[in-house]
Amino acid sequence: MDKTQLLLGLAVALFALGLLGVIVRRNVLVMLMCMELMLNGVNLSLVTFAQQTGAIAGAVLVFLIFVVATAEIALAIPIVLLLVRDKRTLNLDAYSDLKG
Amino acid sequence: MIETLLQNLDTLLLLLFGLCALAGAALMIVLRQPMRVAMALISTMVFLGGIYGLLGVHFIAAFQVLIYVGAVMVFMVYVIMLLEVRESTGGLYSKLLLPGLAGFVLLVGAIGISIWRSLPASEDAAVLAGDTAFGISTFSIEFLNDYWLHFELTSVLLVAAVVAALAVIRVSRRRQHG
Repeated sequence: MDKTQLLLGLAVALFALGLLGVIVRRNVLVMLMCMELMLNGVNLSLVTFAQQTGAIAGAVLVFLIFVVATAEIALAIPIVLLLVRDKRTLNLDAYSDLKG
Repeated sequence: MIETLLQNLDTLLLLLFGLCALAGAALMIVLRQPMRVAMALISTMVFLGGIYGLLGVHFIAAFQVLIYVGAVMVFMVYVIMLLEVRESTGGLYSKLLLPGLAGFVLLVGAIGISIWRSLPASEDAAVLAGDTAFGISTFSIEFLNDYWLHFELTSVLLVAAVVAALAVIRVSRRRQHG
C-alpha cells in the first residue's frame, strides 16, 4: 500500500466521519464542527493530488476552501447564537418548528 | 539499520499522524460535551498540519494551523464558552443513527474499494510525489498570475460574509428592542 492510497483513505475516512457526525449528532455546534471535519478531509485529498501531479491548482483550491470555511463559520455562529437565545438549547430537535 | 529507519521515518510518521487524526475524528462522534469535541477537532487539525508538513507543502501546513486552529477553532471555543448551555438530559444521537451508520459504512466501503483498485501501487508514484513538492514562491507567483480573479472573488465573499453577519446581529437587536 503506497503513500497516496494511505492519504486518500484517510481523507475519505475523515470526510465520512464528518458526514456521520452531521447526520447522527443532535448538538448544533457539534454538527458545525463535523462540517469543518468534512472540509478538512477534502483538503487532505486536494493536497495529496496536488502533490502527486505537481498541479498548483490543487493548492489554490485548498486556500479557497480555507476562506470559505472561515466565512461559513463567521455566518453560522451568529445564527446559532440567535437560535439559542430564543430557546436556550443546542438540541436541534427543539427547532423542528422551523419546518415550512 | 539506522539508515533504513531514517528512510522509513517519513512513512512511519505519516502513519502515526494519520492514525492520531483518525482517532481525533472518531472521538468527535462519541464525546458528549461540545468543548471536548472542539479539542478533538483541534488535535485532528494539528495532526493534519503535521501531515502537510511531511508532504513538503509547508505553507499549507502553516495556514492550516494559523487559519483553522488559530482563527476558526478559537472562535468556536469562544462561542461554546459564551453559550454555556448544559445538556445532560436526552440522548447523544438523533433518530437517524442507524441510517447514518449504514451510509457511513457504504460510503467508506465504496470509495475505499475504488481507491484500492484504481491506483497503481507502484514505486514510481512515490518517487514522483517526493519530486513535485512546490515551495511558497512557486505557489505565490502562479497564484497571483493565473488565479488573481479567484483571489479577488474570495475577498468579495468575505465582505459579503461580514455584511451578512452584521445583518443577523441587527435582526437580533431589533427583536430585543421591539
